[in-house]
Amino acid sequence: MGNTEYAYNSKVEGEVIVTRADAVVNWVRRHSVWPMPMGLACCAIELMAAGGSRFDIARFGMEVMRFSPRQADCMIVAGTVTYKMAEVVRRIYDQMAEPKWVVAMGACASSGGMYRSYATLQGVDRIVPVDIYISGCPPRPEALLDGMMLLQEKIRTEGASLRRTFRGRTVETKVVG
Amino acid sequence: MDAAALLADLQAAFPGAAPRPSADMPGLDVPAADLPAAVTRLRDAHGFDLLADLCGVDRGPAVSPRFSVVVHLLGSGHHAYLRVAAACPDDAAPEAPSLTAVHPGADWHEREAFDMFGIRFAGHPDLRRILMWDGYPHHPLRKEFPLAGMPVDLPAADVAAVTGRRVEPAPMMGGPFVSPGGTMAKAEPVARDESWNEENPKP
Repeated sequence: MGNTEYAYNSKVEGEVIVTRADAVVNWVRRHSVWPMPMGLACCAIELMAAGGSRFDIARFGMEVMRFSPRQADCMIVAGTVTYKMAEVVRRIYDQMAEPKWVVAMGACASSGGMYRSYATLQGVDRIVPVDIYISGCPPRPEALLDGMMLLQEKIRTEGASLRRTFRGRTVETKVVG
Repeated sequence: MDAAALLADLQAAFPGAAPRPSADMPGLDVPAADLPAAVTRLRDAHGFDLLADLCGVDRGPAVSPRFSVVVHLLGSGHHAYLRVAAACPDDAAPEAPSLTAVHPGADWHEREAFDMFGIRFAGHPDLRRILMWDGYPHHPLRKEFPLAGMPVDLPAADVAAVTGRRVEPAPMMGGPFVSPGGTMAKAEPVARDESWNEENPKP
């Protein structure tokens, strides 16, 4: 038998959505961002507040904080990254599964902030690729939410490709559909 | 606590002890070799049973003795503070005896003084860096170390290979940052001269 009806059928109207595969993939991804809270300093306190009931990051579909990089796809670097800690940040980033995003939360993670010294990495974008920078010292939870919604917007408009790491190289796979 | 009597007693036991000019608490200079014995005597005979602080001092390359170890002691019975300082005899390779056998709490303080000033503490059970990473080639609180830092390799070789980054000097770009005063909206601390940074050197 099978469905041999190719023409327009008014009976199925309202039950079928036609879209592109990458739009579906991006829609799924941006509404289930699982952040990895890389809390290194006082910004982490604001990050916790954003996760609490008053600001409630769950309203935007990204409340599932996972402390294991294997289960997270968005690293929120919240705080001062020292050169001693940079190795840990990079290693955790490497362990996260593709596709993955990085949010630099606050002045320290974005640029080193007020720590212009021999011990502090002057911006986490020197060791990992950063998608969103959030200003503030520390940013208020609303600023973090705004940044995360910007990240959602960025994921939504991302090129239809599947980024993945294969034997240490990042390869892009175009989604056809 | 009678500072004069304390000094007299210590000078009788350690001929090298001398009063040390001090603005707040009584101060003593003792020879580095006598430091553990002096602190032990202060703990057992004079009630200074708490090591409040231990730090290093660098007076700069032009002064000799250049490095000192300064110990702050507190008596939990009589609530008096005492400062004991010992100058390291060797300016090139400063060394002082460890106080960990007298006050176990000196352990991490001495590691910090070693990390920041390069003072080696003889008899310390585990003299490793505590703030900077193992293998860091400098001692950041020495006078000749620039505030911006020195270019060295990242601690992890694999991260350095992947990112192509090093530890780079971070000049203050016109800093220190001071508040111009005025209303709250205008009182944000700013640098007086922001025309130079990592890429554009200071004119």
